[in-house]
Amino acid sequence: MYRYPYVTGTSVIGIKYKDGILMAADMGGSYGSTLRYKSVERMKPIGKHSLLGASGEISDFQELLRYLDELILYDNMWDDGNSLGPKEVHSYLTRVMYNRRNKFNPLWNSLVLGGVKKGQKFLGTVVSMIGVHFEDNHVATGFGNHLARPILRDEWHENLSFEDGVKLLEKCMLVLLYRDRSAINKLQIAKITEEGVTISPPYSLKTFWGFSAFKNPTVGAEGSW
Amino acid sequence: MTKQQANWSPYDNNGGSCVAIAGADYCVVAADTRMSTGYSILTRDYSKICQLADKCVMASSGFQADVKALQKVLASRHLIYQHQHNKQMSCPAMGQLLSNTLYYKRFFPYYSFNVLGGLDNEGKGCVFTYDAVGSYERVGYSSQGSGSTLIMPFLDNQLKSPSPLLLPAQDAVTPLSESEAVDLVKTVFASATERDIYTGDKVEIVIINADGIHRDFMDVRKD
Repeated sequence: MYRYPYVTGTSVIGIKYKDGILMAADMGGSYGSTLRYKSVERMKPIGKHSLLGASGEISDFQELLRYLDELILYDNMWDDGNSLGPKEVHSYLTRVMYNRRNKFNPLWNSLVLGGVKKGQKFLGTVVSMIGVHFEDNHVATGFGNHLARPILRDEWHENLSFEDGVKLLEKCMLVLLYRDRSAINKLQIAKITEEGVTISPPYSLKTFWGFSAFKNPTVGAEGSW
Repeated sequence: MTKQQANWSPYDNNGGSCVAIAGADYCVVAADTRMSTGYSILTRDYSKICQLADKCVMASSGFQADVKALQKVLASRHLIYQHQHNKQMSCPAMGQLLSNTLYYKRFFPYYSFNVLGGLDNEGKGCVFTYDAVGSYERVGYSSQGSGSTLIMPFLDNQLKSPSPLLLPAQDAVTPLSESEAVDLVKTVFASATERDIYTGDKVEIVIINADGIHRDFMDVRKD
């Protein structure tokens, strides 16, 4: 039985905004506790209408991209003017993940799938390698569920502008950078709208380590660390 | 060499509670809309209720991926039935199908705790309650899921059926009116939400009667 993952990516966050979906992920690939790879692209466009972000085992993410490549290829070969939308891709991914779990050979990933087709925005997630999935206005994987979702529950609203959406994602990514040891300060933000996918070049967030709480972390709880 | 131990489980419990109550000419099926994992809430807006046929609705809680797979299998079997018989499946027929589908995976079960509600062939309310491997019986009311231990005793107190040993046989369905049954369901979920951490956010209430299917929502505590 598949015992543990080797090279892993950490959280992915996705939100719906006015024109479509915004997604953020850092570019780290950890090998256990070593930050081995620092230029891993964990978000990829799928077909014309979808964007997939993944955390977990990177090689399994690459395998998923091969599955999806074949899916999109066969869809294009029909040449019937129809193309797979984000709902269909999400459904396909949940079935693949669930089937692999049934055979006790899981793809060790948590996925975020976002897209827009014919004006309809879609944002869904496959939470874990055992196939649990749902759709919502904001989703996150891994540590993002604990640190980013509460911020999003408070500050997300319908029809966010692009600038506000990016600010919100950066706020979440900053918290993750401070508190998730597998996070690195090199991230990409991806946008998908009716027009298509744009993945930003990698950039870093401005950090501040001078908080008094960081300087004297145990002042409220002596004996803690 | 030490034996290989599994460190991932193919199952998870995504929580939630389901209730169904049968009346003389209606059936109420309700479930909360919270989906959790461990101590985290994944989403507050997830439906556990699935309409399998015209007069047949299933509410399931447990492991969401298995619930979804089960719903898909039953929906596809129902479609085939319609093609072959040119009619909808009755609720008791769907009841048997669900039991067989669950037992089929007796040695790698669907971790799904179900209540099936609808109208039988005579138009009377019927509720079937299941365990994860397909053991089932027709009852007047039932609850399943994380809050069932809190809900079931209360339903027993309010709706207790006469014993099935009585002669002549007495009806298990409640004499309550439709609106009284819905009020009872609302009370029951408000109470379960107080003490069960996996139950809360919203309650989806589905009413099946001769006019068709009607859906309502009720807000409950989000903590």
